[in-house]
Amino acid sequence: MAYRGARWSDRWVAIVVGYFLRTGVIVSAACVFAGGVFYLMKYGAGLPDYKVFTGEPADLRGLHGIWKDVLSLHSRGMIQFGLLLLMLMPGAWISFLFFSFVMQKDRTYIIASAIVLGALIFSFAGGYL
Amino acid sequence: MNILEFTLLIWLGSLVAGFLGSLTGLGGGVVIVPLLALAFGVDIRYAIGASLVSVIATSAGSASAYVKEGFSNIRIGVFLEIATTIGALFGAFLAARAHTSLLAVIFGLVLVHSSYLSLRPRRDLPGTDRPDRLASRLRMNGSYPTPEGIQQYYVHSVPAGFGLMFTAGTLSGLLGIGSGAIKVLAMDRFMRIPFKVSTTTSNFMIGVTAAASAGVYLTRGFIDPGLSMPVILGVLPGSLLGAHVLVKAKTAILRIVFSIIIFLLAIEMIYNGLTGRI
Repeated sequence: MAYRGARWSDRWVAIVVGYFLRTGVIVSAACVFAGGVFYLMKYGAGLPDYKVFTGEPADLRGLHGIWKDVLSLHSRGMIQFGLLLLMLMPGAWISFLFFSFVMQKDRTYIIASAIVLGALIFSFAGGYL
Repeated sequence: MNILEFTLLIWLGSLVAGFLGSLTGLGGGVVIVPLLALAFGVDIRYAIGASLVSVIATSAGSASAYVKEGFSNIRIGVFLEIATTIGALFGAFLAARAHTSLLAVIFGLVLVHSSYLSLRPRRDLPGTDRPDRLASRLRMNGSYPTPEGIQQYYVHSVPAGFGLMFTAGTLSGLLGIGSGAIKVLAMDRFMRIPFKVSTTTSNFMIGVTAAASAGVYLTRGFIDPGLSMPVILGVLPGSLLGAHVLVKAKTAILRIVFSIIIFLLAIEMIYNGLTGRI
């Protein structure tokens, strides 16, 4: 890493987060792409049907179902897994910020980042509440 | 049109939308949703689901490039994200209940506003040298590199900015867009944060805000893998390319053209919403 400043300084944290995000985007886009190739091979000749909203099947709506689909090599589940990785990345990044504020003993921002993290967890847990 | 052709066309459209969105600073979401809803007849709920995921991808993908320049302010970002994420949760719950025609009309109105904003010249308002009490207590004041050396700045009007951020979050969750334009407006017009700092900090915030509604969208079945796949695989390279070109190109004419396109899409969305076609 090019930056030589103090560890856990705001600048250091921002740079680490930047690297993490870039890697995360590449990994999740690769999952989506791989799933997409299988999806098009299997369903490419079918007709698209998005005019009427029916919502996704239950297995594509939650962490557990998506993971099961990945293990059974379902193409739509694989794409959804890549999308899920993307959706969870900001949460991972806020967790990291939370930890950095703990290291800096910055009480105001420990609370601020905890609230943001709470909102993210609430969002993904919404279906179970 | 079979799924293969449909996917390729959406990929191409998303590539262009991502490119124009980042070149003009409005983001891809404002074009993706009308594109899917109007041109491809996709239900607006699937469209905003796919758009929202692409918003997260763009924000995360461009973050590493922005961070190196040293403009973004983590503290301002995290503090304001309290407002945007709670707003986003609220917006996403509304989206799950609102009638699609209403969503289309609100989307159209936001587009009108965006098209106006994209025409407005960008310049920094003169900041004051006097630090604001609340902003100082929250340790939001910072510095950023300029050609003349490191420049100090003071943040103002934190409550007003916070309130506007709640609105930005609600619209993001309701419509599946990044609402970066409103975030930047709150930061540079109200809080008097230098433009470079507000745009890069806003980019960080957009991803976190979108993630707060993404969970709700996912559990409500708005996020379809077959549709989201070409959208994110198009928007992502498109927006990264746009950010790359942005550094070199003069974008004045392009902004006007884009602004007109967005205005036309706005009229179309409002018309379709009012006549109940969406």
